[in-house]
Amino acid sequence: MLLTVNGNSHDVDLPSDMPLLWVLRDGLNVTSVKYGCGIAQCGACTVHIGGDAVRSCQVTLGDVWGDVTTLEGLGTPDALHVIQAAWIEHQVAQCGYCQSGQIMQAADLLARIPEPSDDDIDAAMSGNLCRCGTYPRIRAAVHSAARAMREA
Amino acid sequence: MGRVRTIARRSFLIGSAAIVGGVAFGAYFVTRPTPNPLLGDLGEGEAALTPFVKITPDGITLIVPRADVGQGIASTQAMLIAEELDIDPSTATLDPGQPHPAYFNGTVAADGLSFPGWDEGFVAETVRDLMMNVARLSGSQFTGGSSSTADLHETLRRAGATARETLKAAAAARTGLSSADLRTENGHVVLPDGTLIAYTELAAEAAATEPVTDVALRPASDWTRLGKPYQRLDIVAKSTGTQSYGIDVAFPGMLHAAVRANPGRGGSMASYSPDAALAMQGVRSVVEVDEGLAVIADNTWFAFKAAEALQVDWLPPDYPASSAEMWQALSDAHADEFRNSRLRDDGDVEAALNGATVIEAEYRAPFLAHAALEPLSATVLVEDDSVTIWTATQVPHVVRDAVADVTGIEAGNVILHALPAGGSFGRRLDHDYVVQAIQIAASMPGRPIKTTWSREEDMTHDFPRPLHMARGRGTVADGRVLACDLDTISPSLVGSWFGRVFIVPPGPDAMLVWGAFDQPYAIPNYRVTGYAAPPMMPVGSWRSPGACSNTFFHESFLSELIHAAGADPLEERLRLIDHADSRRVLEAVGEMSNWAGADIGPERGRGIAFAYTHGVPVAEVIDVTMTDRGLRIDEVWIAADCGTVFDPVNAEAQLTGAAIFGLGHAMNCELTYENHAVQQTNFDAFEGMRLHQTPRFHTQLLGLAERVRGLGEPATAPAAPALADAIFAATGQRLREMPFNRSVDFA
Repeated sequence: MLLTVNGNSHDVDLPSDMPLLWVLRDGLNVTSVKYGCGIAQCGACTVHIGGDAVRSCQVTLGDVWGDVTTLEGLGTPDALHVIQAAWIEHQVAQCGYCQSGQIMQAADLLARIPEPSDDDIDAAMSGNLCRCGTYPRIRAAVHSAARAMREA
Repeated sequence: MGRVRTIARRSFLIGSAAIVGGVAFGAYFVTRPTPNPLLGDLGEGEAALTPFVKITPDGITLIVPRADVGQGIASTQAMLIAEELDIDPSTATLDPGQPHPAYFNGTVAADGLSFPGWDEGFVAETVRDLMMNVARLSGSQFTGGSSSTADLHETLRRAGATARETLKAAAAARTGLSSADLRTENGHVVLPDGTLIAYTELAAEAAATEPVTDVALRPASDWTRLGKPYQRLDIVAKSTGTQSYGIDVAFPGMLHAAVRANPGRGGSMASYSPDAALAMQGVRSVVEVDEGLAVIADNTWFAFKAAEALQVDWLPPDYPASSAEMWQALSDAHADEFRNSRLRDDGDVEAALNGATVIEAEYRAPFLAHAALEPLSATVLVEDDSVTIWTATQVPHVVRDAVADVTGIEAGNVILHALPAGGSFGRRLDHDYVVQAIQIAASMPGRPIKTTWSREEDMTHDFPRPLHMARGRGTVADGRVLACDLDTISPSLVGSWFGRVFIVPPGPDAMLVWGAFDQPYAIPNYRVTGYAAPPMMPVGSWRSPGACSNTFFHESFLSELIHAAGADPLEERLRLIDHADSRRVLEAVGEMSNWAGADIGPERGRGIAFAYTHGVPVAEVIDVTMTDRGLRIDEVWIAADCGTVFDPVNAEAQLTGAAIFGLGHAMNCELTYENHAVQQTNFDAFEGMRLHQTPRFHTQLLGLAERVRGLGEPATAPAAPALADAIFAATGQRLREMPFNRSVDFA
């Protein structure tokens, strides 16, 4: 089965009912995508398919309908995405385990609403759990990234 | 049909720790000639100037032995060394090192005592020194108890200074100059004429130089890094998905395992059939492990599915089966025969209550899971005479010592790659998941095998925070609190957890009454009694153990008494507190929140709570609003004093994160049991706080306390009682049982 991840095409020999989460992690060693709950309650596995944020634990390999982007495809340490730069500026991460999903969710939000209110952020980001409680800095970083993207 | 066996309690650790201690006695101060764990591995031209600094021609490695479970301690440790070593720590490699007595934690042992942290009397200080030595003897390398900064800040600065002065001595020997004429800057020794010699160039000569240990630490006024905002060293990796956690370990040829354990923790197996699992795609084998079975497969998903398909006839454990029965057992343990401690007994409570109007209340705190977002995992490779482990742990010495028990391979032939954790909150103070991973890998020597717990396994096989109840009696007179008598009842955490990983210390279980007996109130008639209920399922340390429940009981009951007295909650606490550091944080939070002058409006309420835990006084004020959609937390003010703040950006994150942890669980989390099994198996039933519920935070660290202390836990405990107090102010309803969503809806 052909799967495009971060612009690279892979011929994947795994069952079609295998969740994309595990195809990415165990099949392709794309480890920014995190397993947290397996039932779409935590958001740690959030990736983009065709530009939309989805929970990769809920999409089977056979159902993937477009190109997949993970946090590695958004930006890298040497070429940061503006949202990643905002996350660094605000020192959001504590354990960091949820932050791939948080940033991918924030990217989806900012693509749809370039100037989000606190309510917009609440609505878009409340499906992403952070057990360390980095929420205040996530809010600040989303606003900061939104400003930077508008000014870019 | 497979072999059946009974699962025995593990007891080998005490013995092996004692043996290690015998070898290690008294030798591990950086400032003295030491057996340095790094010396054994050095190559030609490499120098290990202290157990914490290794310099080779290729670069500088800083050993940061305390586990980073999200609290940022890897960076703090590196920054403490770097301040004296004069290097940019982002240019160094950070390595947690191998478990070794050189990295023992004395503070966590000294804190686990029956003395309040603010007691600086002779007896308390003497016993603390004694416990420091017990920790040193046993090589206990715990990360926990908010102790890392308190325990290591001087050791690490001294290590940096020793390395710096030794490098200067090597440069002096090379150039014929005096050390006194040399200075250091950004990884170089600077000669008087401005010539730079890189530390890495001096590695071979420094290795042959006697370490210079007679060094004075720089005063805070000279610091260039410590105490100033700086970037966490892991922040880029954690913002780009490039941070590798234990669960991300991967090797060519690696296999994957999942575990299926008895739903009733501590029970055994009557029988099982692996056939259905073995018939599934990608499944290699089924292995018996502690507490149940494991499936080895080609990927995690195959392993998870096959583990679900295992057919097992479980035998129940021998403690109460349901939450209702467990609460009854706790209530029954409120009796003289279960009395464990009375570490506070001031004035004459009975006389004060006799004939007075007695206020009584009962409070409850549920079992809670740690539920770190990264499920537990460990990767193990067992070979003929060695074992290699990749995992995140707060007890590396315990993990290392477990190998011999499972495989017979000596601790000296164990290599532990200690990795950052995606949260822990105390869960990784236990090592059950690593023992299983060793057992699994031992069934297939030569193959690295990664064992990953499903979220469901992680939730249902936690060592949870114990359920806990308290009964208070008190009275007031003339607008003041006159008597407070608090009985607090729980299964013994010390008896359960310390027994698994260390030794059960003699004397009463202080953790049973942490957050209650040790509060710096001078109530005229004041008594705290601990009752140890019979053991139920094994329990563990959960962010500020003991205090996370007792502070809720103690502060809530004090609030009820203050309310009955008609006194102001802040003013009466200030009047009752006999400890300068604690008074200051209460005064500070009063100023920050405009306590005296605030008119916060209709449908709203304001609450306050205080706690002294881990040597840190913390006061929190919370405002809430009743909305159409439920109760909303609007603002939280936190004032605390941990002494000198080395890492201010992270310190603020620990205060707010700990408060959110305390609030979220108080709002909506509990573990309940039916037929011995945990009913909440995933985050749909155990949410904590989400972003839309997050209030605005205002924090202040006073920096005036004399002793340096840590901040991973202290802001957790006051959060729940401050919220309950605010809800009472808004609604008139006293919430005496957590979680609060049993009684109110949250927006």
